Amino acid sequence: MTAETSKEVWVYIEQEEKAIHPVSFELLGVAKRLAQDLEGITAGVLLGHEVSDLTSEIFAYGADKVYIVSHPALVYYRHITYAKALSEVSKRYKPEILLLPATPLGRDLAGGVATLLETGLTADVTELSIDKATKNLLMTRPAYGGNIIATIICPDHRPQMASVRPRIFPMPERKEERTGEIITVEVEISEEEVGVERIGFIPKEKTVKIELAEVIVAGGKGIGGKEGFAKLSELAKLLNGEVGASRLAVEAGWISYEHQVGQTGKTVRPKVYLAVGTSGAIQHRAGMQNSDCIISINIDPKADIFKISDLGIVGDWKKIIPALIERIKKEKGLG
Amino acid sequence: MLNLLVSIKQVPDTTNIRINPETGTLIREGVPAIINPYDISALALACNLKKTYGGKITVITMGPPQARLALKEALEYFADRIILLTDRKFAGADTLATSYTLAEAIIFLEKTDRPFDLYFFGKQAIDGDTAQVGPGVAARLNVQVITYTIKVDELDLEKRKIVVQRKTEKGIEILSAKLPVLLTCEREAGHPMFSPLSAILQAQKAEPEVFGVDGRIPYELNRLGLKGSPTRVHRVYTPEIKKQGKMVNLDEVGVEAAVEEIIKLLKAKGVL
Repeated sequence: MTAETSKEVWVYIEQEEKAIHPVSFELLGVAKRLAQDLEGITAGVLLGHEVSDLTSEIFAYGADKVYIVSHPALVYYRHITYAKALSEVSKRYKPEILLLPATPLGRDLAGGVATLLETGLTADVTELSIDKATKNLLMTRPAYGGNIIATIICPDHRPQMASVRPRIFPMPERKEERTGEIITVEVEISEEEVGVERIGFIPKEKTVKIELAEVIVAGGKGIGGKEGFAKLSELAKLLNGEVGASRLAVEAGWISYEHQVGQTGKTVRPKVYLAVGTSGAIQHRAGMQNSDCIISINIDPKADIFKISDLGIVGDWKKIIPALIERIKKEKGLG
Repeated sequence: MLNLLVSIKQVPDTTNIRINPETGTLIREGVPAIINPYDISALALACNLKKTYGGKITVITMGPPQARLALKEALEYFADRIILLTDRKFAGADTLATSYTLAEAIIFLEKTDRPFDLYFFGKQAIDGDTAQVGPGVAARLNVQVITYTIKVDELDLEKRKIVVQRKTEKGIEILSAKLPVLLTCEREAGHPMFSPLSAILQAQKAEPEVFGVDGRIPYELNRLGLKGSPTRVHRVYTPEIKKQGKMVNLDEVGVEAAVEEIIKLLKAKGVL
């Protein structure tokens, strides 16, 4: 099968200031599996200005091809320039599937591009596979706050587009020696037509990166207040982890939104997720159920969180958490 | 005088949703319908600008006939004109067909009145969480879109320029853009003001202007509703729940033994 006739599975490679967002690599991993099922190839699409140095990374994570659009107007992300460039490249090379990160940037881009291409787009997909009979992409996502799961198809329009949040799929293996074909694509963009300009940027003072934490100590409604979260934070620090929270705890104002795990917060898959005083509402579970190991502490023996826990402790967290902190300190020679 | 358009959606209050465990379908009875909270913020932002610069707010929604209640509520938030797009042929629309239906209606309103300076959408709706319709409508209207808006810093009507703060993953971006612009709004973009009693009383009496597939808006039938939607629901089910592991009762085994269980697992996972 030649490159011209083979089906291509594309991943939009999200880069800002020449740094690739790791979710792009996670998507290359899943794209490779889909491409195998379609007997096609995996390609990355890279937009920016003077970003060709990044191609080796994209090949290392599994792309067979990289499409590059390089233009001064693409030096930083703006919806209009990026939507135009990505839709132009798709129109010209006609991928079968186009995957985008469901990051703030990727979501901003995806809706516009799908409309320009007049095709279907499924947001926040948590599972992707190829239907054996029809070869359609099966896109599975939670709906109604995670209360139901729906599998969506896009049978008659191409590309089939989906956005995927970070940490839904595992990071594929990086192989330095991999290379592939680079295709440079020219797209006409005139700065005058753009009409939007970045005039300032205020970086976040402290970024909470719970998506990448190996240990998360998360609290819910049962924590009862800011003091309780201070205790969880002490435990998280001892384990080199981060603090997570359910929506109810965030809405109560006990901790900031950056810490929220769930359907409307972040998706995490740490090695250990310690859920303290969270009932395990489906909206919360949607963001953490792929964790390697879930330990939960809850006073209510009927709490749903226990149903997905590797270890469930029925009891008052106020009794066990301080004892656990002391025990870990002793273990680490700190107490 | 600003001409402002706000698009809203009536949604079920998802925090109250229940599922029939046998059929896996939504139990709609008793689930209150609300205006999507992000759309309320969008409406409040439009309202703040109207207060400062003067102008008119048109609120539009697509939905079943009962979505008129959401529009009547919008009147309490100082909307001047309310438009309901309702027709059986609109039913089953995905985000592509929805953005088409809204954009065609907006183009119709602009032709029969005058162009809008700003379009406001919520950043996403809490029932679908897709965040696709706002950028989709912008693409169809061929206007700039600024997503995740948290604040309007400046609006210069003579120069037809707006300065907007938007939230990104790494911080706050400040953008200057030429009007017209479509903004999708975060919760912090605006907080609704309390309506005077007179507005509430007026809202109870007012009814929206209703449009459907009736020839006034030149809809192409094959681009509407389910027919105009490239995506299809293939299967719906309730989420599977992972197998339950070991359970320990603190009062039965004591704190020390429970702590030991946790330590054992932390060590096994290599995090301690």
